[in-house]
Amino acid sequence: MHIAVEHLTKRFGAVCANDRLTISFAAGQIHGVLGENGAGKSTLMKLLAGYLQPDEGRILFDHAPRRLSGPGDALAVGVGMVHQEPLDIPAFTALENLLCAAPPGVFRSRRAAQTALQELAERLGFPVDPAARLDQLTVGQRQQIEIMRLLLCGARVLILDEPTTGITAAQARSLFTALRQIAAEGRTVLFVSHKLEEVAELCHTVTVLRNGQVVPPGQLPMPQPQEYLLSLMFGEAGAEPPIYRPLPLIDAPPVWELHRVTARSGTLQLVDLNHRFAAGRIIGLAGLDGSGQQVLLRLLAGQLAPDRGRVLVNGRDLTGAGPIAFRQAGIEYLPADRLRDGMIGALSLTDHFALLQGRGALVDRRAAEEAARQAIAEYQIKATPITPIAALSGGNQQRAMLALVPPDARGILAEQPTRGLDVASARAIWGRLQARRDAGCCVIFASPDLDEIMEYSDEVIVCFAGRIGPPIPRALLSSARLAELIGGVGFDALVEAVA
Amino acid sequence: MEQLLIDLAAVLAAASPLVIAAMGETLSERAGVINLSLDGTMLLSAMTGFAVALITGNLILGFIAAALVGALVAAVLGLFSLTLGQSQTAVGFVLALLCTDLSSFLGAPFARVPGPSVPFTPIPVLSDLPVFGPLFFRHDPVIYASLLIVPFTAFLLYGTRLGLIVRALGERPAAVYARGVDVTRWRYAMLIAGGALVGIAGAAFSLDLKQGWSYRHTFGSGWIVLAIVIFGGWRPWRVALGCYLFAALELVATRSQSALPDIPTQIVQVAPFVLMILVLALVNLAASPAAARQVMRLPAFWQRPLLAAINRLRATAPAALGQPFERP
Repeated sequence: MHIAVEHLTKRFGAVCANDRLTISFAAGQIHGVLGENGAGKSTLMKLLAGYLQPDEGRILFDHAPRRLSGPGDALAVGVGMVHQEPLDIPAFTALENLLCAAPPGVFRSRRAAQTALQELAERLGFPVDPAARLDQLTVGQRQQIEIMRLLLCGARVLILDEPTTGITAAQARSLFTALRQIAAEGRTVLFVSHKLEEVAELCHTVTVLRNGQVVPPGQLPMPQPQEYLLSLMFGEAGAEPPIYRPLPLIDAPPVWELHRVTARSGTLQLVDLNHRFAAGRIIGLAGLDGSGQQVLLRLLAGQLAPDRGRVLVNGRDLTGAGPIAFRQAGIEYLPADRLRDGMIGALSLTDHFALLQGRGALVDRRAAEEAARQAIAEYQIKATPITPIAALSGGNQQRAMLALVPPDARGILAEQPTRGLDVASARAIWGRLQARRDAGCCVIFASPDLDEIMEYSDEVIVCFAGRIGPPIPRALLSSARLAELIGGVGFDALVEAVA
Repeated sequence: MEQLLIDLAAVLAAASPLVIAAMGETLSERAGVINLSLDGTMLLSAMTGFAVALITGNLILGFIAAALVGALVAAVLGLFSLTLGQSQTAVGFVLALLCTDLSSFLGAPFARVPGPSVPFTPIPVLSDLPVFGPLFFRHDPVIYASLLIVPFTAFLLYGTRLGLIVRALGERPAAVYARGVDVTRWRYAMLIAGGALVGIAGAAFSLDLKQGWSYRHTFGSGWIVLAIVIFGGWRPWRVALGCYLFAALELVATRSQSALPDIPTQIVQVAPFVLMILVLALVNLAASPAAARQVMRLPAFWQRPLLAAINRLRATAPAALGQPFERP
């Protein structure tokens, strides 16, 4: 379906999120929509999918203007949107989720729906179990089910909002294959992202949004030079490439030492870990979702007590001592879900510093506010000391969380430190983490993004099916080899070679 | 054997208002709305149902009036919580207190007045069956209805497309909205339907189980129903089982009163509530992750069946229960 917008405008208070946009998207192609956080991508997509109504301008489906009253109306017209966090019902099975409030007449029976789902899954190359409960699946699998649901319910335009955030590299590859297939069948795919490489790999055209406007007006055919797109997205400021500074791997003292550690979390068991993690380097944990990275991070943060073995921090035995003792020993854990596990959304940065004061019954507000001011200036957080954390953007939340790490921290454990951040924010975060590393901190991070692992790690540890590989110096590793190891190819040989 | 059958039939009869109210509450909580006014609603509708039946001489009108009162209280709760965005628990609690006091204030003229009651209607042929006859088929229409409403609710929730929508409303209303369903309208519908059932349960007290009207007529059964719905995991069959267990405990307490006359009546009246809460808490403790961790220490032979049992017992609340809906 051909889809076009004319002079589309959407304001939130004084902010003009979409400013007289005029674009069209041809059928049978994959269209990339690029822009940094807050550029207006999400607003445009929500307007197209009926979640928002425009203040001015109109949307044309196959050249006919149509006002959408809601997402159900949009799906009736043929527009389906896959959200970053799929809007499905986690307590349901895949089949129940498909049947729930499906348009009348689409599925005659449970059996018909199941057959349709399995046929489509086969055509798109998605493995699916109709009886599996969605909360047992990964985000990537839930996304596949959501795509199939929308297609089966009649979507001829598929909008994907940051679809590769939080899914594994393998799932991203299978997603891309499926999207090409969907476009080849004559449907329109809108691929919203801030990852240039993905847009370059997948899309036929690209539209760049900045401050609610299309720059330059209209679509660009792909390919385009990466630096040109970056300069469109960020103006001139964002175009500087990241600097990789290889560090001489001197024999630094270990921050953590694991001696014959066995730990279990849920169904995953880590057996007989013997590792030392040295100060002054960044260690990347690579692996498929749920291969043991999270368990290892929680073990090192003291949140998970080992069943057997000893955990030493800075030479002190802290086995089973609990997260408070680990924090006192200088270990900081930065969780992936910033607002659930990391910070308290309703409290401000000042409040967070006040929480860290610890001693005495009274709060020294002045000192806390001073600390918050310093953090804001030093980490370039776009906030006042009294803004609630929940009101900040993802990048600013992440910077705030980093700013709260005390200066004398010895080890930082970061789970997906740049999840959901745009390129500029991610670079800023990494600049900070590298500064910590240079100050003698050991930074261990997990990320599903292999490019991020390759770009920033001094050493890489591959996790495969609950087994933790030996640290490999970054210089000895190629992207292709890393991808193989994550899939288990040559993993045994690697472990044996070290043993 | 004879006595056991009579006792079991008495339990089925005594639990009938609880079961009806519990199914009503299950429906609205499954759609994500807590109707905390349950106890007050039952009292007010018990009073109204009795008064209307007494004045008009028509039992059906009494039940209809009770259902309307239940629906009306639910609609008021919906107005404040769903439309105006206030806390469901706070509004529901205030409504519970308000309805309780209204029932004693407005119901004063009807207190301890003899009035109509639902007639005993054994079902021909079926009531002569051995065992099943005396157990299931020698009751009155209210009790038959309470027996039928459990499979009906279970079928509605798990066997129909409407049920999928209702459960989704309680789990993730944003997803239902994304599918083009008006979340607020459907939550109102389920809340009001559930409220009407609670109203009928009230009338089942005053026109059937404890015929007549008196101050605090239902003696706090509404609150125990709220607890049973929670610990029953919002699943119709388990919730109904909880109601029958409570009725059985009450029967045992009444029996023990005649057997042990030294025990003060207050203790006999309160004991079923305490025992019920204890049972529910123990069941939930057994189904908790802590119990699962303890099981993991046992020999492997025991782990699998015990973990399976724990998984079956475990009941998680509808994820969006009590939360206001905001459009994504």
